[in-house]
Amino acid sequence: MNAIPLNFFLLVAAVLFTIGVAGVLVRRNALVILMSIELMLNAVNLTFITFAAKWQTLDGQLFVFFIMAVAAAEVAVGLAVIISVFRLRGTVQVDEINLLKG
Amino acid sequence: MIPILFFFFAGLAIASALLMVTHKNPVYCAIFLIITFFALAGLYFLLGAQFLSVVQVIVYAGAIMVLFVFVIMLLNLSEEVRLPAGRRFQSGFGIVFAAILGVQLLVIAAAGTRVFGRLSGDTPVSGTVERLGATLFSTYLYPFEIASVLLLTGIVGAIILGSKKLPKEQ
Repeated sequence: MNAIPLNFFLLVAAVLFTIGVAGVLVRRNALVILMSIELMLNAVNLTFITFAAKWQTLDGQLFVFFIMAVAAAEVAVGLAVIISVFRLRGTVQVDEINLLKG
Repeated sequence: MIPILFFFFAGLAIASALLMVTHKNPVYCAIFLIITFFALAGLYFLLGAQFLSVVQVIVYAGAIMVLFVFVIMLLNLSEEVRLPAGRRFQSGFGIVFAAILGVQLLVIAAAGTRVFGRLSGDTPVSGTVERLGATLFSTYLYPFEIASVLLLTGIVGAIILGSKKLPKEQ
């Protein structure tokens, strides 16, 4: 049986998380930044499930369940904030939303 | 069979994530992110988390991404314009910091081939609805209730933020 090492899954999760970080740092569209945050959350979910498989327990999978609930709430509120900002300023480019800048 | 599926899903996830971050049009970004979520659902299935794999497709690729696409259509966004020449260093810094973080994560994850072991051929943990539900409603009952309150708060917050009258509209 040619089984896959479990840390291959961790490598994939690390790469996905890094891509998400790069997206948050590089992109200027607030929507794409939110999408990158979702990608980072999913990378963490993959890590949780990998360790759940490693330790033969269900706790990791239940943590993923709760992370999904939190991510859904976060996306709903975040998109509402983006819509209000767009109605107020007419843009979602994060470096044009600088009202608090001194 | 499992290694082939693993490399297929992993490659698909990473490639479409890269395209998501680099593509200028937010609609294509959303579509590539949906592909990433489907690939991740496949990886969850390989790890024995059947229920979470289905939930990933329904909640992430279904509900959350529909919300994203809906907002993109609502806002009628143009393509992202490039930074003015004097401020390109922001992107450079971002890539450098992400590369440093990525190298650290890769070193950590690659360190433990012996430590982490291998995915055995038979399904390691069967994350079926029955087993997950039994644990969720016994050990994790209080977090479950708190999550429901959190979702309610999110609904109320989104409605209040979205329906607020602007000063000029009043």
